[in-house]
Amino acid sequence: MTNKIVFGSYVPVESILHRLDPRIKLIMCIAFVILIFFVNSVLTAVWLFVALSIAIKLSNVGFKQYWQGIKPLFLIILITVAFQILFSSGGKTYWHWGIMAITYDGLINSLIIFYRFIVIITASTVLTATTPTFQIADALAWLMKPLRVIRVPVNQITLMLSIALRFVPTIMDETSKIMKAQRARGMNFNDGSILTRIKHLVPILIPLFVNSFKRAEELATAMEARGYDPNAARTHYRQLLWHARDAWAGIDMMIVTVGLFCIRIFF
Amino acid sequence: MAGIKVRNITFKYPDSEAPVLKNISFDIRPASWTAIIGHNGSGKSTLARLIDGLLIPTTGSIEIDGVRVDETTLGIIHQQIGFVFQNPENQFVGATVADDVAFGLENRQIAPKEMEKRIDSALEMVGMTKYKDVEPINLSGGQKQRVALAGILALMPEVIILDEATSMLDPLARKEILTLLKKLKDEQNISIISITHDLNEIELADNTIVINNAQIVKDGPTADVLKNKKLLTEIGVGIPVSQQLQSLLAARGINLPNKYLNLEELKYWLSQQLQ
Repeated sequence: MTNKIVFGSYVPVESILHRLDPRIKLIMCIAFVILIFFVNSVLTAVWLFVALSIAIKLSNVGFKQYWQGIKPLFLIILITVAFQILFSSGGKTYWHWGIMAITYDGLINSLIIFYRFIVIITASTVLTATTPTFQIADALAWLMKPLRVIRVPVNQITLMLSIALRFVPTIMDETSKIMKAQRARGMNFNDGSILTRIKHLVPILIPLFVNSFKRAEELATAMEARGYDPNAARTHYRQLLWHARDAWAGIDMMIVTVGLFCIRIFF
Repeated sequence: MAGIKVRNITFKYPDSEAPVLKNISFDIRPASWTAIIGHNGSGKSTLARLIDGLLIPTTGSIEIDGVRVDETTLGIIHQQIGFVFQNPENQFVGATVADDVAFGLENRQIAPKEMEKRIDSALEMVGMTKYKDVEPINLSGGQKQRVALAGILALMPEVIILDEATSMLDPLARKEILTLLKKLKDEQNISIISITHDLNEIELADNTIVINNAQIVKDGPTADVLKNKKLLTEIGVGIPVSQQLQSLLAARGINLPNKYLNLEELKYWLSQQLQ
């Protein structure tokens, strides 16, 4: 159950991408997602796709893992694409019925959207598959550091984030326990209309919320007993250190960026 | 080494009428093991939280090593007292074992280099060195409690409070934790206060405090308390096996020494009689 949380989760294998600093990986992932919106031709699309394929190859993570990341979202992608095809207008019309029409522009738009979805999800999966969640949290904390100037409580936010991530498996476990308890009382989660099924979620959610609040209170007491003061300065056990390979990764990202804009301008 | 002085404390939760604890006073000697026993809801856990300053008494005072527990001294108090809670899951803050042990050290602003050393030695003390980078989801309850203990030991406390810390563990894990605590107490002169219903855990204590109806009904050497069958039955912890055996032997007209013998001592006494 814990494997399907964020676009497929961490795959513990050995690779150059696994060894990279989480900060550079996060920056690269964000930069790549931004670049995707600059794609305006087949050639630029292929250029980014090749870059992503190299990253996938370097990650040493099987293609199957990436497919696992895309699979749960595939239906949503298909529906979005279908809407694009049927409801956008412009260009040559091939078919139409009522307000629905298949047009040239619609087809092109839907192709672009399909491409963006797949590439963005895969790029994020490269990040999550090669980086444990607590490292992503550390990287986010580092990225948010400048916000301290405008008095954003960065330390509290990152601690909250890392505690939330740490408790995800615990709460998943608890959900399945509660579901079993309700089944033992004769609840059938797979029967009835959508409305009844939604109603059946209530007896799961209420105990889950009550327990989570209890948990939060106990955790807060335990943290206080260990000397946590939200307003005091804290040191950090995990120190992130830049290596030469991180600089090389950054340079590679720049090559991808410059390449993209060259293709846009010259072709 | 920290002695604890509790003087006339009364505590009432804001939304309840009757006080949970009424006029409680006792002393705990440095480097001793004290068991606090009583019914569920008798105020044992509240008492432990008062000692650690997690709650502040309505009236009365608590002194740890000469420092009075109040809002201004909480930093010092939390440094001296380590608290292990009942639920292993709900006191695990870090993403991995090492991160969790580091949590308390981070709060104390220990430098990262020093932290590494302290984490390693704390994990070694509890025998969890191998699990340094393991995530909590892959640990058993007993292992999580060991990590909780390591997190406390890394801070080098003078007192460890166990609030039914072994009650959610299986018998083997419970025994391992208790053996570990006994070793720590003997080697590092740490005082231990354990709140418990478990007879084996009570037996390890030098002194036992019995709380009933918000008051101390008995405070004395554990051997005296464990001899008091009526009291033990009344508060629901049951009678130790050695005591049951002694009563059975006494019923058959065998003359036993008039003091509390634990199982080991009773075995020794019996084998001497048989020779």
